[in-house]
Amino acid sequence: MCGIAGVINRSKKSVNVGEQMRLMLQGIKHRGPDSTGYAMYGTPLKTGFILRFKISENAAEVKGSAKTEDPEVLKDRKKQVDALMKEHGAKITKQSSSTPYAFRYEFTYKSENLEELAKAIETVEKTEILSIGKGLELIKDLGDATVVADQYGLGKFMGTHGIGHTRMATESDVDIKSAHPYWAFPYQDVAVVHNGQLTNYWGNRRVLERSGYRFNSNCDSEIIAVYIADKMSKGIELEQAMNDSLDELDGVFTYIVSTKNQLGMAKDHMAAKPMVIYEGKDIVACASEEVAIRNIFPHEIVTYDPYEAEVKVWQV
Amino acid sequence: MAGLEKKVTAFQDENLSGRSQKLFFEVTEEENFTYYGNHDVDFNKRTEIDCKDLDGKELNQKVRNALLKGYGSIVIKNPGAKHALGVGILNKLNLIFEGSLGYFGVGCIDGPTVRINGRVGWSCAENMMSGKVVVENNAGSCFGAALRGGDLICKGDAGARTGIDMKGGTILVGGNAGAYTGFMMQRGRIIVCGNVSANMGDSMYDGIIFVGGEPRSLGTDCVEGEMNDHEIRWLEQKIKNAEIDCKVPASKFKKYVAGRMLWNYDNLEPAEKKGILG
Repeated sequence: MCGIAGVINRSKKSVNVGEQMRLMLQGIKHRGPDSTGYAMYGTPLKTGFILRFKISENAAEVKGSAKTEDPEVLKDRKKQVDALMKEHGAKITKQSSSTPYAFRYEFTYKSENLEELAKAIETVEKTEILSIGKGLELIKDLGDATVVADQYGLGKFMGTHGIGHTRMATESDVDIKSAHPYWAFPYQDVAVVHNGQLTNYWGNRRVLERSGYRFNSNCDSEIIAVYIADKMSKGIELEQAMNDSLDELDGVFTYIVSTKNQLGMAKDHMAAKPMVIYEGKDIVACASEEVAIRNIFPHEIVTYDPYEAEVKVWQV
Repeated sequence: MAGLEKKVTAFQDENLSGRSQKLFFEVTEEENFTYYGNHDVDFNKRTEIDCKDLDGKELNQKVRNALLKGYGSIVIKNPGAKHALGVGILNKLNLIFEGSLGYFGVGCIDGPTVRINGRVGWSCAENMMSGKVVVENNAGSCFGAALRGGDLICKGDAGARTGIDMKGGTILVGGNAGAYTGFMMQRGRIIVCGNVSANMGDSMYDGIIFVGGEPRSLGTDCVEGEMNDHEIRWLEQKIKNAEIDCKVPASKFKKYVAGRMLWNYDNLEPAEKKGILG
């Protein structure tokens, strides 16, 4: 019973999407208090990419399972990442961090294909790339929507669209690596949030692993991101890829995908997991429960539930 | 052994908490010397409750307090799609929501007439015993789950599993209905003026589903039945009473009932079971 939400401002103007997402996710906190994640799209960079990565787990909140690591070890890991990026020809132009274990870099790179670089960075121990993209910024941590938003300063994030997730862990651990959203490694600017359970996870995972994709967690939702990345790398449109997923992924699910200029949702054949959609003139908002959408629209609005096996995609 | 004996005694001495049958039927002045929960209300006495800063429990308590004071018409402002509003009302009452409800809206009610000027989330009017609920907009999944009686009307589209496990009463949907509509229904009637998604009436034991449009596919053991004149007249009246603008005339509706092949399923031979399930 996770909570998912997405919002897209179709007028192409930048709005305070960080606050919109925070309000929506706070409204469905009761669906999952374990962790919260945001994937948000700001104004795309003209040159270079934004890299979000973490080099350790959030030890403060995990009781017993993870220890706070020595700051020296973390410093060393960051140095290794910097060195590897340099080695592969990526030039860091800007860097910042909100926590000792999560970083935001802006960098320039020689090509649009980031697979080689991403794989190199992840050879560093306990290092995981959360996202790479021109506009995408993926933030996830333990705690509710407000806690995470405050920690990473999302309150003033300007952008066009975003998706988010409040997690109630069922299939895997309570830690950052099992938290949503998932970035579609190594496909830039694509992220996924999911509510449900997938029943043919291991079969699909083995197939995708043989094609060279990496899996960081044992969370079943990660496969949707990798699956969409695989389809899109073959030149298949997002909407078609999502339609294919309805037949190729088994289980009960509702998921939201976002790319640099699109937001899409898909619901399984059983219509087992909830989703409510509000389609306004300039803004489309979807969430597990209407109460989330109503946090950004206090007045009465007309909303509806999509039916089974339904796929919808909206453009910025 | 001594320890065990002590435990048994403790169990026997335990005071059971909760409302007992004795209290349930206590005849006191507050109970109006009738059965529990049936208070005398005046429909001309009207009050408004603003739900903006209230949660479900607080609102339900306020509704109950107003009802005990004899208010027969209660208007709820700003329900804001919150969950479990207006549940457990066992009294005649005119209840109006000026907005949308979240999950489990007006569940477990017995008697009130409810109008919702908005949308409802999952499991609206779950286990309603009697009364009437009108939803002006769309409804979520499990609309009227385990309904036992009364009229449940949705003027827009209803979600998946409408009327799941229903045991009586009538569900009327002005628009379309989702997959598995009438799933495992045991009695009662569902009327859908528009189309119905896949697997309609799956594993239904009994009851009737009337469809104005087309069901995309029928579930296990759901078959088309024959309409009679009485049913056409009933349908016509029911749609008219609900003030639904239905494009399809009552005589063009299709009727779906249980094939009754799943009855006594346990006694069937394996080959027969296979035949039914397809």
